[in-house]
Amino acid sequence: MSTDSDLEKRHLGKVISGSLAQGVHVKLDPVRSVEDIAVGRYIAISGQKKRFFGMITDVSLEAVDPRALIMPPDISDPFIAKVVSGTTTYGNISVLPMLTIGSDVAGTMEGPQPAKTVPSHFSEVEFASDEDVKTVFGAEDRQRFYIGNPLDMETKVCLNMEELVKRSNGVFGKSGTGKTFLTRLLLIGMLQKSRTTSLIFDMHNEYGWEGTSEKDHKVKGLKQLFPGKVAVFSLDEDYDKRRKVKSDFTVKIGYNEIEPEDIQLLKYILNLTEASVQAIYELAKEFGDDKWLESTFNLFESDSAVLIEKLKIHESTWRNLRRGLRMLQRFPFLVRRAPEDTVKKILDYISSGKSVVLQFGGYDDLTAYVLVANLLTRRIYNLYRERVDIATSADTKKPDQLVITIEEAHRFLNPDIAAQTTFGKIAREMRKYNVTMLVIDQRPSGIDEEVMSQIGTKITCLLDNEKDVDAVLTGVAGKSELKSVLSKLESKQQALIFGHALPMPVVVRVREYGSADSYKELGPLNSGESGKKDQLDDLWN
Amino acid sequence: MDLKQRIAEVVETSNAEFMAQCYNLEGAPALGSMVKTKSKDYDIYAIVYSSSTHGIDPNRRIIARGQNAGSEADIYKANPQLSKLLSTDFRALIVGYNKDKAILQYLPPSPASIYAFVYPCDMNEVRDFTQSLNFLSLLTDARLSVSPDEVITAFLRYAGQSHPSPNDFLVKAGKEIAWLLSNDIRRLDSILKRLQK
Repeated sequence: MSTDSDLEKRHLGKVISGSLAQGVHVKLDPVRSVEDIAVGRYIAISGQKKRFFGMITDVSLEAVDPRALIMPPDISDPFIAKVVSGTTTYGNISVLPMLTIGSDVAGTMEGPQPAKTVPSHFSEVEFASDEDVKTVFGAEDRQRFYIGNPLDMETKVCLNMEELVKRSNGVFGKSGTGKTFLTRLLLIGMLQKSRTTSLIFDMHNEYGWEGTSEKDHKVKGLKQLFPGKVAVFSLDEDYDKRRKVKSDFTVKIGYNEIEPEDIQLLKYILNLTEASVQAIYELAKEFGDDKWLESTFNLFESDSAVLIEKLKIHESTWRNLRRGLRMLQRFPFLVRRAPEDTVKKILDYISSGKSVVLQFGGYDDLTAYVLVANLLTRRIYNLYRERVDIATSADTKKPDQLVITIEEAHRFLNPDIAAQTTFGKIAREMRKYNVTMLVIDQRPSGIDEEVMSQIGTKITCLLDNEKDVDAVLTGVAGKSELKSVLSKLESKQQALIFGHALPMPVVVRVREYGSADSYKELGPLNSGESGKKDQLDDLWN
Repeated sequence: MDLKQRIAEVVETSNAEFMAQCYNLEGAPALGSMVKTKSKDYDIYAIVYSSSTHGIDPNRRIIARGQNAGSEADIYKANPQLSKLLSTDFRALIVGYNKDKAILQYLPPSPASIYAFVYPCDMNEVRDFTQSLNFLSLLTDARLSVSPDEVITAFLRYAGQSHPSPNDFLVKAGKEIAWLLSNDIRRLDSILKRLQK
């Protein structure tokens, strides 16, 4: 319970003006220095009938009389400085009220509701207490995963993982702001607290096995924490050998599996002209969808004049196409015929409840990443959709939720191609088919607006490009206020989380990951009570 | 009240202030000090804002007498009647009163009684009175023959001595004045500069 002295410590000031759209203005108590206030902190306001929760979105300096600013009092004198602080001049904070809790029993039972009004004049304002935060975000439990702490507070902010994975989510932030760490934590949360399986396209080999932190010490990967629930697939055997790890499966992709759409997606990366892309479709028509690439590669070696004449492909287009497609030939994982069907293998693992991390090994360039991720996802999408349709018509259990994690998301979801790629489709409609995405990107402005608007929960680290900030905050209530919060995040370990899985936006200091202690809480829950209960539940189902 | 402590007697009285004649020549309390006197059934607190010494007969001007005297004291020795012909009086602005042991910081219902004795307040009384600073508006709004700001600063410096931490008291009082004078920064600034010295 909070005591009077606690309250005094948290007391900030009084509401003096404001509006619901722009937030309320709070005059700080004279004893409070604006320098102790941080944008993004949680605030509780005791209105006459309701308790409001909000976030500090701005801090400003005010004076009761503008003349005081033109003829500033002599604050080099500590006495005068003390007197004028809070009287002649005062601090003002802007608070965006986001939630309300009724103070009566019914209101408390209902839980936090979105704020539809503002607190009345001169309502008392204080820093939110730990209990307040717990009321809003819930305590850690079987579904809620502890992601971090609010700024300057010890309470845990928990994300409801079951709720989170129902929609597509995004992790955004400039390079080096901790996107990978956050993503790793989210994936752990999904493995620990939900029945979701993940398919992770791991471009930089950071999620499966050990990754390195910014401080250069090694941190455990998912396979090490959840050996029984995670399988690592690899595109690059040599890389596995160098790292002395053994993957569960080595991925090979047959030429027959590559369709013209896959190449179309690589248009910019392979520097193909529009005419070249059209030529690919012509070639596919000529040779068939599953043979066109192999046949085209053969043509590169032999005399192709007759064919290109026949298909009315211009000589320069052919040269452009040849140069582009030859870049694919250098990938050893692309073979004439794949010995085993990778997609089937992935789906087998996923069906048995295991998450799959696809490591790209040494092929961490965009060509390989975009090609493989799109190709595999397209086929998984089709199969998953089929399975769900069958399950729906037969009224049997639908497949478990699948979350596909992709990095460099703007390469798949930019406005030019989002309408065509499978990822675009998943973001828009696959929620119904139990497939959602976790997109990771440093240039959210490059992602199609329609896709962005479908992203349920956004987790953003520091972004300072105006366009990126705008893109992330599109359609969010209190956008301009959150904007100032977002651009003032620290460049490490801090993130603004908002959207579907949370009742209100929150700035968190992301929980620690990488120390021996942290691993104790981040492994599977099997050893704990809830894990046992899960297993029992499974037995009875 | 101790007979020895009384210093003056009310000789002119009104709701907002009174004038008292001192028993001793040049025995007026310091500018800004707090005195109390009686009304019918309560003590009235007031702050001294001016004092003067003059002849009791308004028709006779005081003339200089010390041209051949060795010192100022010699003047009185040579003219013993002077102390009876001259008088010192002071004016005090009423800032509150004491009814049933409660200190009320606004004007009493009736003025101080004429011929009521006037006593200096001791430090405990000053401290008790200045626990609340609502009376300051009476001072800032007063129209006096001397600058009210001089009276305010003199009183607060004097009252500060009665508090365990004079500086904290002055900051508190300063903030109160800052509110009262929020539309007159120049005046506030000049008061604050004089408060701490």
